[in-house]
Amino acid sequence: MGLIEKFFALLEPQHWGVHPDDHKRPAADAPLRSLPLPERLYIPLQQHIGAAARPIVLVGQSVLKGQLLAEAQGATSAAIHASTSGTVAAIGDVTAPHPSGLPFAAITLAADGDDRWADTGTAVDPFALPPPEVARRVAAAGVVGLGGATFPSALKLGLGLKAEIHTLIINGGECEPYLSCDDRLMRDFATETVDGIRIMLHATGAKQALVGIEDNKPEAIAAMTAAAQGYSEIAIRPVPARYPMGSEKHLFSELTGTEVPADGRTTDLGALVHNVGTAWAVHEALRNNRPLVERIVTVNGGAVARPGNIRVPVGALVEDVLAFVGLREEPARLVMGGPMMGSLLPHRRVPVVKGSSGILALTAVEAAGFDPGPCIRCSSCVRACPVGLLPLEMSARIANGDLDGAVAFGLKDCIACGCCSFVCPSRIPLVHYFNHAKGELAAQGRAQLRNEAAKRLVAARAERLERDAREKAEVAARRKAERAAAKAAEAARSAAASSEATT
Amino acid sequence: MIAAILSLTLLGAVLGFGLGIAAKKFAVETDARVAEIAALMPGSNCGQCGFPGCAGAAAAIAEGSATVTVCPPGGKALAGALAAKLGISIDLSGVADAGPKIAAIAEEICIGCCRCVKECPTDAIVGAAKQIHAVMREACTGCGNCIDRCPTEAMKMEPVPVTLQHWVWPKPVVTEAEPSWA
Repeated sequence: MGLIEKFFALLEPQHWGVHPDDHKRPAADAPLRSLPLPERLYIPLQQHIGAAARPIVLVGQSVLKGQLLAEAQGATSAAIHASTSGTVAAIGDVTAPHPSGLPFAAITLAADGDDRWADTGTAVDPFALPPPEVARRVAAAGVVGLGGATFPSALKLGLGLKAEIHTLIINGGECEPYLSCDDRLMRDFATETVDGIRIMLHATGAKQALVGIEDNKPEAIAAMTAAAQGYSEIAIRPVPARYPMGSEKHLFSELTGTEVPADGRTTDLGALVHNVGTAWAVHEALRNNRPLVERIVTVNGGAVARPGNIRVPVGALVEDVLAFVGLREEPARLVMGGPMMGSLLPHRRVPVVKGSSGILALTAVEAAGFDPGPCIRCSSCVRACPVGLLPLEMSARIANGDLDGAVAFGLKDCIACGCCSFVCPSRIPLVHYFNHAKGELAAQGRAQLRNEAAKRLVAARAERLERDAREKAEVAARRKAERAAAKAAEAARSAAASSEATT
Repeated sequence: MIAAILSLTLLGAVLGFGLGIAAKKFAVETDARVAEIAALMPGSNCGQCGFPGCAGAAAAIAEGSATVTVCPPGGKALAGALAAKLGISIDLSGVADAGPKIAAIAEEICIGCCRCVKECPTDAIVGAAKQIHAVMREACTGCGNCIDRCPTEAMKMEPVPVTLQHWVWPKPVVTEAEPSWA
């Protein structure tokens, strides 16, 4: 970069991201409520990235709250615990909180109403434990990233030890409009969250923790600053409110001034990013021996009568939650998560999972769609794209089936934040194109792997047939030799007998 | 003795030389691409394309008498790879994807005859005599060769179930709306 360009780059403000109306209040200011215990909970076996957990309970078995229902299987997986006490009514399919409306396996728990905790052992001082033991306990509590990606947290903590992390970045950005569950958590449980951050610092061996909170949450910033007083290793750092500030790489570069390379991770630069909710879950797991069985969910949207934040046990149906807050009108659209990146719900009978940050019941006005028009090449999407891509070029290629062309324009760096679709004056469903193309590329990759596997199987079969034939031939040869030997022995014996007779 | 050796050596040399010349002069031109294409194909010789095995299909594709979308087990991925290899552009949206069907056994009718086991090109069916057989989904290429072998019609082709892990966002359907200012 020449000097003149550098000068202009200094003058120009950072231009990535968008500023949607945040719609966070009044829901964020309403006091935290708890969902009355539903009669039945549907606890999915796959609430995390990786392999589904393996059930270790039987239908009809009675379980206590916090008891292990399914254990982690494989390298990347997480344990699942009972969210209340009761009996296992069924183990089978329920609808996933996913736009496809496809089923996934879940354990149905009939609550007995006592909500009695299992004996989860006595708490010990986490700072007296060696870091790997802290990670092991976090894994045993089934803690996953509560920011939405639901990556098993213990793996990330273990990774931190290996990768020599010096900075822990705690994500309290919560840049998605409508959502305020992290805001509420930081206001109401600041001490617990800060304690969780200190445990994570101990578990990763990091020297400092930077807590990034968007400046549209002054109460949370004040509460966290007060709670972090006296811990010089924890710095509360307000960041400007801008979507997608909560993206791992963007929060990192905002807090440290360093950009993460396209094909790299923050761990390559010595930083590990965790959500504030995860810090709270780690505190609960280590200090109170409580597994992750409930979370704070924001219920918001124009159709909700009493919006706010609610403590919901994992496995409660969206239907139960909506009945609790009441509906002002029939929602035109149900979304789990935020309006920018959340998933459209097929219907209300889907369970709340560990990664559910919000349930939005949107009115027809809020969810209004528009007919897309032709691209006018205004490049609004280019200015909005936080990763510096050219969404208009990529979508044009995907629309014509040229996926490789889109990849050449950096499709794989797209974080699917939706900024491009948000700003497009022609209402082109840009991010929808990218999600489709990424899925299609993944499917092609799987088909390729399948083809290669088939080839290996064919080769293995050919080898097996050859081996079978060879073994058969060997057995036949041995039999023949044995028969010949037996014949010879017989002949010798009869010869000996006849010679004996003659003598 | 010496005359016999000499005459046979001479005969061998002359005929060998003749064969050598003939091999050069009447050499059959094989397309180098055929081998390359055959290397991309699944190699299970299932015959769904209608050609005698994968090598036959590869030859047909190379000479242009078959399209690159001819192989059902290969699906879109193979069609794309072949198109890239041959330097042609195709519209993959119309191609039915990766063997949309795989074999399944109706266990209540299976008599354990082992005929399907012997037929399977990828050893995807497990079973022993008088034991119920089973298809390993991940190994089945969906060639369907086992279907006709079954004496009790217990084998059938079933669509590959779509799971959460395999689901793909559909391509946005854009009906280019007439702009309001037009």
